[in-house]
Amino acid sequence: MSRFEEELKRDKFVCSECSRCKKIVWPPSNYCNKCLNETTWREISRKGKLVEYSYNKGECFGIVEFESQIRIVGTVKGSERPDVGQIMNLEKCDYDGDEIFIFSSTVQRNGSQNS
Amino acid sequence: MISSMRPIFDKTRNLSQEDIDVVLTSTNANEKYLASIVSELAGISPRIAHSVESLCNSGTNCIVSAFAYISSGLADVALVTGAERTDSPGLVLSWDKSRGKYKHPIFWSSLFASSHMRKFGTTLEDLAYVSAKNHRNGLENPYSFFDRSYSVGEVMRSKTLTDNVRLLDCSMPCNGAASILLASEDAIRQFTDSPVWIAGIGQKSISAGFTKNADLSSMESTVLASRDAYSMARKSPKDIDVAEVHDAFSICEIMALEDLQLAERGKGSSLVRELHDTNCKKVNPRGGLIGTGHPLGATGVAQTIEGFYQLQGTAGGRQVESAKTALIHNMSAAATSSTVLILQA
Repeated sequence: MSRFEEELKRDKFVCSECSRCKKIVWPPSNYCNKCLNETTWREISRKGKLVEYSYNKGECFGIVEFESQIRIVGTVKGSERPDVGQIMNLEKCDYDGDEIFIFSSTVQRNGSQNS
Repeated sequence: MISSMRPIFDKTRNLSQEDIDVVLTSTNANEKYLASIVSELAGISPRIAHSVESLCNSGTNCIVSAFAYISSGLADVALVTGAERTDSPGLVLSWDKSRGKYKHPIFWSSLFASSHMRKFGTTLEDLAYVSAKNHRNGLENPYSFFDRSYSVGEVMRSKTLTDNVRLLDCSMPCNGAASILLASEDAIRQFTDSPVWIAGIGQKSISAGFTKNADLSSMESTVLASRDAYSMARKSPKDIDVAEVHDAFSICEIMALEDLQLAERGKGSSLVRELHDTNCKKVNPRGGLIGTGHPLGATGVAQTIEGFYQLQGTAGGRQVESAKTALIHNMSAAATSSTVLILQA
């Protein structure tokens, strides 16, 4: 298992960041794709924005964008149809041979938003 | 591969194995040293022999590589052969971690469809028209995997895979092979009096990861590749008489027509309906990937062969009348890379 996969298994969402120019490199890589220097790991904000979604056998899946640049596809939890542009939390990540990302809406039933 | 080469040697005057300078093989199969093996089995001892792999786009990339060898002067005659089997490892790109557990292509196509529907009001019925049209066109193609057509209603009622992708919206992985011969301007005259010319080439890789597509309702790599191909050929979209476009899924054809500027943005589905209703074979006359089947490494070669037939006027029941200029569009991995060829009679 790679370091990225190990971190996912611990429910940590990390990505590569260049040790020199600080660029975030996604998907993770040992080298920066701007200045080709070595990267280090850093945790990524778990709050993102829903870019697009669809349904697979009744289960919603979609693309969520984190830190305005990291886009990942995962399962969108919740019984209501989400809105594109809606703020989502990365509720859980895991690894079982595939990368598992589970998103949930930050909007509560009463319409208030979590901080 | 060998069986797809045989008609080239049978039907091309003055051509023998000794004339072949380059053998390029196109496949996603994990076969080592394949081009040299195939060369030996076909009795060819080429100067240059190697494989080209680029997922679904492998065959078209292979043709571009052969073109480059010839135009550079390194070779005069190149044989390109592509093949695939249903168990090809090229169906899923496991590298793309950003797809999470949604690595199968039906998921990116579903998100493309969601985006196009949201932006342009494209409907499930619009998607069904693509499949119905291409399956009907495929009936005239003796090399099609299918022996029947499907109505719009049948596509609509086919098995639901995601909310906006049904089974008949998908191209079918299948076994297949295709071969094509390329030669320099000087060398071709000994083989034929009516060659088809590669007038324009555009290729672009924007990334390898699906989620790097900034706008999910358009395929950026196709837009950029077609711009280069039109420019090199000194042609514009209105010059295109016939096009083979990459319809791995129904939504891909609608997006491709818009990205290749064969339809206005948001009007791809209207064009598809018109082609269907008038039985016009201008787009995907051989049936596209949906109506023919999709043996990945062979697909780009087979698309280009269709352009050849159309420009030679030998496409039989699927012939587009007086076709002079053809466009071939192929792509890989959720359109993260595309190739566009413009062929001229």
